[in-house]
Amino acid sequence: MSTINGKAEEPVGGASGRRAPTVADFTTGQEVRWCPGCGDHAILSTMRGLLPALGVAPENTVVVSGIGCSSRLPYYLDTYGIHSIHGRAPSFATGISINRPDLSVWVVTGDGDALAIGGNHLIHALRRNVNLKILLLNNHIYGLTKGQASPTSKVGTIGPSSPFGSLDNPFNPIALALGAGATFVARTIDSDRRHLTATLTAAAAHKGAALVEIRQGCPTFSAIPRQPSRAAGETSPAEPDDPSAPEHGPIRLSPGLPIVFGAKEQWGVVRDPSTGELGIGHGGDSRVVVHDPGTQNSTYAYGLARLAETSLAEPPIGVYRSVSQPSFDQLYQERLATARPDGRGDLRSLLTGSDSWVVAG
Amino acid sequence: MPTEQLSERSEGARRLENVVIRFAGDSGDGMQLTGDRFGAQAAAIGNDVATLPNYPAEIRAPAGTVAGVSSYQLHIADHDIRTPGDQPDVLVAMNPAALKANVAELRPGGVIILDTDSFTVLGLEKAGYDIDPLTDGSLDAFQVHAINLTGFAAAAVADHNLKRKDAARTKNMFALGLVSWMFSQQIEDTIAYLQKRFASKPDVQAANVSALRAGWIYGEASEAFANVYEVKPAPLPAGTYRHMKGNKAVAYGLVAAAHQAAMPLFLGAYPITPASEILHELAALASNDVRSFQAEDEIAAIGAAIGGSYAGMLGVTVTSGPGMALKAEALGLAVIMELPLVIVNVQRGGPSTGLPTKTEQSDLLQALYGRHGEAPMPVIAVRSAADGFDAAMEAARIALAYRTPVILLSDAYIANGSEPWRVPEVEELPFIGIDLATEPNAVDADGNPIFLPYARDPVTLARPLAIPGTPGLTHRIGGLEKADLTGAVSYDPDNHDLMIRTRQAKIDNIDVPPLEVDDPSGPPGSGADVLVIGWGSTWGPIGEACRQVRAEGMKVAQAHLRHIVPLPANLASVLSEYHTVLVPEMNLGQLAGHLRRETLIDTVGYNQTRGMPFRTAELASVITRVIQGIDEDASGATGTKPVGDVGARLAAISEAGAAKPAARAGTATASQHDVTREAGR
Repeated sequence: MSTINGKAEEPVGGASGRRAPTVADFTTGQEVRWCPGCGDHAILSTMRGLLPALGVAPENTVVVSGIGCSSRLPYYLDTYGIHSIHGRAPSFATGISINRPDLSVWVVTGDGDALAIGGNHLIHALRRNVNLKILLLNNHIYGLTKGQASPTSKVGTIGPSSPFGSLDNPFNPIALALGAGATFVARTIDSDRRHLTATLTAAAAHKGAALVEIRQGCPTFSAIPRQPSRAAGETSPAEPDDPSAPEHGPIRLSPGLPIVFGAKEQWGVVRDPSTGELGIGHGGDSRVVVHDPGTQNSTYAYGLARLAETSLAEPPIGVYRSVSQPSFDQLYQERLATARPDGRGDLRSLLTGSDSWVVAG
Repeated sequence: MPTEQLSERSEGARRLENVVIRFAGDSGDGMQLTGDRFGAQAAAIGNDVATLPNYPAEIRAPAGTVAGVSSYQLHIADHDIRTPGDQPDVLVAMNPAALKANVAELRPGGVIILDTDSFTVLGLEKAGYDIDPLTDGSLDAFQVHAINLTGFAAAAVADHNLKRKDAARTKNMFALGLVSWMFSQQIEDTIAYLQKRFASKPDVQAANVSALRAGWIYGEASEAFANVYEVKPAPLPAGTYRHMKGNKAVAYGLVAAAHQAAMPLFLGAYPITPASEILHELAALASNDVRSFQAEDEIAAIGAAIGGSYAGMLGVTVTSGPGMALKAEALGLAVIMELPLVIVNVQRGGPSTGLPTKTEQSDLLQALYGRHGEAPMPVIAVRSAADGFDAAMEAARIALAYRTPVILLSDAYIANGSEPWRVPEVEELPFIGIDLATEPNAVDADGNPIFLPYARDPVTLARPLAIPGTPGLTHRIGGLEKADLTGAVSYDPDNHDLMIRTRQAKIDNIDVPPLEVDDPSGPPGSGADVLVIGWGSTWGPIGEACRQVRAEGMKVAQAHLRHIVPLPANLASVLSEYHTVLVPEMNLGQLAGHLRRETLIDTVGYNQTRGMPFRTAELASVITRVIQGIDEDASGATGTKPVGDVGARLAAISEAGAAKPAARAGTATASQHDVTREAGR
């Protein structure tokens, strides 16, 4: 087979007897147009590697985006896809997903697209638990429109529309998603390919709505520094004796493990037994929390999400919440199946109804 | 009371060709149900029926006030009729406010049946009566039957274990029984209806049936009515018929369209008056493979519908004007992605929230032009309640065949009105399915097979549709301009120009039937001098008015536009055959302007935006004036100025403004007058 870009290929995909798809099968010939150094390149590359690994054929994958730098991504993945209108990607994706449970449907969006103009659609896709994998590429700035403050920009962000600094408080995407009742909420960073791949793999395995915030910088407009790309345990030469120092890098959340950080795991997230609130303590403290994203009550995940705002330089990365609930798609299909146990109802009897009468010729 | 006795009498009934009956009461009195049932009974005995429900936007306006009056007018006839009638012959008024709001429109000599139970000091006061109209002689011109409907109903249901308030609520069924007797109608269908509707509440069910029967028996036993009337069946063409509301007809048309396209129907919708009923109808039809989705807002509703279309469903969204405004950006996306989609706009009074429960035709220009960029879309208008079925199927046919969003315009009058509908045989419905792409449709420079999502059918200019799940045809579409053939993003100037012209040409070339003219005096050019042309729900009033004018010996031609984009190819040549073209519209001349733009032909407008359909007599008078203007003076009463009384009203307002001290009082009086008139229609 071939694509519209004339890239000749062997037949691939899920049909029986075909070879397993490869990175090349998910790559279009469209020229990639992001700024040099943009994390979107790494995310695209990760997706191209991830999708074949998931075993889903390109033709059974649909990627839907809105408007913004991140939303160009569908053009570069050789699947079915829609580059839609600003903020509305979840609505198009919902229409696709609930009608076609055989498809793997992804949404690619950004902090402006998902949290400003499209905030309503995001929260409703999450509360319904539509089977969508939503990648929120958060660079904390409007890149495509040249650097205005976004809903995740820090207070005081200088930009062309806020020359004296922005005044509005930023959204915390994780807290927002948890508030909307999201069943899978995770955060990762563009500069850590391994963590990114692991997080997206977990999201793909989730049945229901999965929101993954991918933190990134913008090499052209964003003042936010790139994340340190160290593996866990690796230290910088001179680590300060302060848990909120940026040199620690973000806390990495791992299910079943205590939440500790620092070169010697000298810091940890502790729970105050009297109030239940989370805070930062010493790594050896008996109150150090063991991470459990499967906790049904989202209060714990919410506390973790808010922790960075007061006590840490960077928010923790990893899966905050992953709980099992029936997806909207599943319920929708079950409702349909119940309504027509014997196949499609008879049109004639519908049109004739029970209150008709006959006029003789 | 055994049924046999109920159906005994009908000998000696006075035969009527037609009659107009209006049920009026408080919003909570069940007048819509009462009117709907009376219409169904009339339809079941073969009368032609046209109905006009009229109710306030509030669910419960203050009880007993004129603002809270809800009414339902029916026109039943032994011949083909197209409108709910101008003036009621019979008014059923459940309280003083209902009398006050409606009595001015009753035909002199007409019958009033009123519920004395509500004519108390408080009831009269709430309605704004200083003096009881039953005693001041103001109703002398009418035949008044003052009956304690509530009291008789309560007595009839005394055995049914209801609370006093619930017992009193059966008064509408008592009234329905009485009026059914008066017009020789059988009530068995309504009894069956009540048994089904209140199946889960046996006491309420039994009480309503008892009240209905008691009303029928009261009419027979009381001897209060000098005459019993009968309207014989209308000679309809042979077939199976059903009493059909406009919103339901549109819903059924969409279901039939999906069936005839062998695709599932997918509706994305957000509740909005007066379109919600289509959502309700379709939501109940999951057994017919209808998938409905109530979205978080109007934008998400069309977004989901577009997503459904992309995934292989027949995507539909239904809304009204304010929702249409919100969908505009997504409509543009559907245009450039060239996906099939049906958008139903059940128009209501605007702008903004406007008159949510009243009718208007003021969204035509929004449908034609309400998008940024060159974004042409076919526009089709429903002409009557029963026509909703065919119009919806036609919209779906075009959407599928040409891979384009199509706007289907209905309005609140059609949505809530009802008339007999001939149920089509499934076999006579056209097949409107399309072939989805399953194979590559081209080869690249190296001879490899490729898929070009923007290659086109040479006749229709439609592009191939490949839905997700089809191996080998993966492609991306979106809002950015596409390269011809490949659909890849393209910023090339010549390509953009080509694509804009191609999308326009595709819509311009849609196959629509020629415009037909109804003129018994001859074909265009050799018949009447005046052509009356309309679109949408003015079809009924224009048709009745033309008949009336012809009955008085004058010649007039009627034409009606179902397809507004694209217009019928013969439109300009037809219009040019007439001395004067009259365009009555429930807006300020939107079609007239469109016709001028498309044909360079000037028309005469007759425009009103009162939230109510045209009256036959009003239009007949306008047509007569236009015809006579031609007879008296070749230049005639033509020109593009509206013929209505708007000028006089504007003058009255400015006079009131000029006379400063009296201005407030004068304006208040004028607006009160208007409110009363509106509430009464």
